[in-house]
Amino acid sequence: MEAQYIYIGLAAAFGLFMAWGIGANDVANAMATSVGSKALTIKQAILVAAVFEFLGAVLAGGAVTSTIRKGIVDADLLVNSPELLIYGMLASLLAAGTWLFIASKNGWPVSTTHSIVGAIVGFAAVGIGIDAVQWEQVATIVVSWIVSPLTAGLIAFLIYLSVQRLILTQEDPLTQAKRYVPVYIFFAGFTITLVTLLKGLKHVGLDLSLTNSYLLATGIAVLIAIVGFIFIQRIEPDPKAEQKQHFHTVERVFAVLMVVTACGMAFAHGSNDVANAIGPLAAVISVARSGIVGSESALPIWVLVIGGGGIVVGLATYGRHVIATVGEKITQLTPSRGFAAELAAATTIVIASGTGIPISTTHTLVGAVLGVGLARGIEAIDLRVVGRIFVSWVVTIPAGAFLAIIFFFILKTVLP
Amino acid sequence: MLANIFGTSPVQPLVNHVHISYKCVRELDGFFGAVIKGDWDSAVEYRNRITGFEHEADDLKKEIRLHLPKSLFMPVPREDLLELLLVQDKMANRAKDVSGIVLGRKMHIPPVIAAEFQEFVKRNVDASKQARKSVRELDELFTSGFRGAEVSLVESLLEELDAIETDTDDRQAALRASLFEIENEIAPVDVMFLYRVIELIGEIADMAERVGRRLELLLSH
Repeated sequence: MEAQYIYIGLAAAFGLFMAWGIGANDVANAMATSVGSKALTIKQAILVAAVFEFLGAVLAGGAVTSTIRKGIVDADLLVNSPELLIYGMLASLLAAGTWLFIASKNGWPVSTTHSIVGAIVGFAAVGIGIDAVQWEQVATIVVSWIVSPLTAGLIAFLIYLSVQRLILTQEDPLTQAKRYVPVYIFFAGFTITLVTLLKGLKHVGLDLSLTNSYLLATGIAVLIAIVGFIFIQRIEPDPKAEQKQHFHTVERVFAVLMVVTACGMAFAHGSNDVANAIGPLAAVISVARSGIVGSESALPIWVLVIGGGGIVVGLATYGRHVIATVGEKITQLTPSRGFAAELAAATTIVIASGTGIPISTTHTLVGAVLGVGLARGIEAIDLRVVGRIFVSWVVTIPAGAFLAIIFFFILKTVLP
Repeated sequence: MLANIFGTSPVQPLVNHVHISYKCVRELDGFFGAVIKGDWDSAVEYRNRITGFEHEADDLKKEIRLHLPKSLFMPVPREDLLELLLVQDKMANRAKDVSGIVLGRKMHIPPVIAAEFQEFVKRNVDASKQARKSVRELDELFTSGFRGAEVSLVESLLEELDAIETDTDDRQAALRASLFEIENEIAPVDVMFLYRVIELIGEIADMAERVGRRLELLLSH
């Protein structure tokens, strides 16, 4: 029984480290859009990220965590050797962490989600057997990795097109912006709240009826829209800045909207990416405690709290620098463009989180940005970099798998 | 990684470039003022400023080209932006060429046509200023996706640019006529060069108009 504490301790350490890494690096992509467009200062961004990443992780992170924990490996095959699942999950965390470290040292754009899923599939297929992988589930995940950036891109394209039609191409864009931005705020609040209520909250023990969910989401969204409306009414044009940039005041109206979508983005990121760190941890804990594989025990909330906390610590210690650096580089994303990208990505991610599918937040956001670009909204997109992202998309899976296999066999020899 | 998918936007650099190009052309007004007065010392100073701005514009042009690789995905064709850059640059080139000839030959502007000549220079400077004003709308054009009210605004700016350019053409014809009246009183070589200088100055407005044409092409995509 000594061993189980070692396992849980190791898994908690690796998991926390992953969560720290996600907070330190990944969150930057989600938040930098808001900082780059000057909708939020760095301090505000950190605060928003800390609160909403945590909320997202705890309130809506359950489904994806379950998938990572028991959706990829067929636990039935491990009934007689539960320790294999523990080694495998530890190896996966180590492999994903190592791969992410190597990648970020070399500046390769890799995804946390792809690394961890690749690692789990790798150890299960080679360490246990081809049949141990629930290929159907894995296929669903991989397809969603193609579908999610496309979906986010399409939504972003449509949103930005509507912004151009309704506001930016009009004779008096400021009046139009003041009229329509609260509507966008309503939709942003509504979509994210509704998906969370419908799909996420079950894991917290709250189960609202369909009608109640719709009513509550509408209520919350109206409330947010009213607050936004009040802020927007206060915005007065600055004639001096207007002369240099006609859309200056209009962009300030959009900045209010972007605060809302930034919260949504942080929430979405927390709900999907926390699982990468704590999914394996949850698996180790449940096996180590009960000694049984595939036990139906519910996911303890405190595990989600650990994950959310780890992300917040990563954010506070190291993430702020990354956010500042990335934010400086993406000045092309003005609030009117940035909000379209963020809202599209956040919606896509929250839906995936609710359905329990681990997707890459960053790739989804990249898809959304490309969508805005297709609406002729972005001055220049470097297609070479998009190509590199696609290549690393493909390479990460075998790389994560390969490392996980090595670590799996090492751990199997070393650990009791 | 998200940051890197944004290529260097050519918009602000293009706006900066047209600004420098305009500053270069603007010095011509003072330059010819000094030449008419026969104040060669200050003419040399003006000429130095002109070559300085021209170099600056040239460097920026190279810089922009360097940061506009073929892999960029942009709402407008890369070739059109490069072409716009090229004609912007030519405004500055003409200013340098013409001031070089005038200074090199210590040319004398006949007092009879001096006032008309100075006005002609001023109108060419105006044309390049209007070109700058039009290019400054690029950012807004990109934001609005080259549609709607912003397009009408730029179109009206370009109409004004065309009007200025037509005006310089008229003035150029009138100035030639005035020069023709007195050309027998001037040494033949000097007359030839005066015609040449008038032609070169007139090309500044032509280049400004071509900047407008290029912007128009962007609008029609």
